[in-house]
Amino acid sequence: MRNLWIFISRYNAFFFFIIFFSIGVVLTVRNNSYQRSVTINSTNKIVGDVYINLNVLKKYMNLGSVNDSLAVENAKLKTEILALKNIDTAKDVVVKDSIGPPQYTYLSARVIKNSITNRNNFITINRGKDDGIETNMPVISPGKGVVGFVQDVSDHLATVRSLLHKDTHISVSLKRNNAVGSLVWGDRNSDYRKAYIKEIPNHFKIKLKDTVVTSGFSFFPSGIPVGTVSNTGISTGDNFMTVEINLFNDFSTLQYVYVIKNKLAKEQTELEAKLPNEQ
Amino acid sequence: MATPFVYILFLLLLPFGIPNLLLYLIAFATGLTLDAFYDTLGVHTAACVTLVFVRILFISVTVSRDGFDEPEPTLGNMGIKWFLLYAFLCTFAHHIVLFFLETFRLTEFSYTLLKCLLSAVFTLFLVTLIEFIFYNRKVR
Repeated sequence: MRNLWIFISRYNAFFFFIIFFSIGVVLTVRNNSYQRSVTINSTNKIVGDVYINLNVLKKYMNLGSVNDSLAVENAKLKTEILALKNIDTAKDVVVKDSIGPPQYTYLSARVIKNSITNRNNFITINRGKDDGIETNMPVISPGKGVVGFVQDVSDHLATVRSLLHKDTHISVSLKRNNAVGSLVWGDRNSDYRKAYIKEIPNHFKIKLKDTVVTSGFSFFPSGIPVGTVSNTGISTGDNFMTVEINLFNDFSTLQYVYVIKNKLAKEQTELEAKLPNEQ
Repeated sequence: MATPFVYILFLLLLPFGIPNLLLYLIAFATGLTLDAFYDTLGVHTAACVTLVFVRILFISVTVSRDGFDEPEPTLGNMGIKWFLLYAFLCTFAHHIVLFFLETFRLTEFSYTLLKCLLSAVFTLFLVTLIEFIFYNRKVR
């Protein structure tokens, strides 16, 4: 017994290493699981407050470009309102929606923490449970494409698993021929302006500069612009092709985002959970 | 492609006399703090602990245990050759654990390794630069 103690104390560096390293790895693995219930992250009160305060300066510096993008969006919305009004007055059509209020409602939020250099990136926004945010709600950026999904929610803050994450898959389609694929990021590429669409069947003809939009099969509403095709010559060796796209959304200057509340999300999930799992 | 992590300089420059357990606890706390801000719980923690392990091994091999002539392993105290080797080994070990835990899959092995190497060189460059700015050779 005494020899054992002498042995352990002589090589204490190694044993301490084993203990602490295991704790670190266990934390990582648990953190990698789909639903994180830990509090040591940026939805935490202390860390969140630091980010909110740090963000004040950056927000001020970017006011110009944010104003511009908001003005552009305002103009677009005004045009749409005008168009709707015109239709109404000319034809006197009453559009009756059978489910009452619209299926999707948007909630604006400010980005208080953002990262683009990691393999798995997260964004923290200043809306939380009190504003009705729930996990898995889709997040888009104003007028310029998808951002990601809500991952964790605290009372006043929420983390968003950005598109720049290895576990984020978004169903997208090509606007021209409706070929559906899966949008992923980061396979041998860590450029935040590029992403890949995988699993497009081989028989579709795809041209450069084709526009890519969300398909509406995942939680995102359909038709949100995502990017343009930039490279079609990636060989995969199977019956599906992989296409590289340039994202419309610039993740490095993200300031404001919209969280989309889908009225039917819960219903859809419950219904789809009843399907027999035969794959 | 290459992301430097200069905070490891803090762990590199801790004094020689600190007992091992305390070293590990400091590394653990540092890693946990960083993880809280990076939203990567556990990744930096494991990497920092590895760094301290390599640090302890390297110092026990190269510096005689009885007489620590110098209080801290800085560039000015230990000389450029020793410091560069020390910093490179520690940085590389730290980055390997960091990037592989972050990626957490082996399909991107070569890419991750390349990213790891480039980042390690970048970090090493910055660490050495900072050390040169605060360089003060002791008068013997």
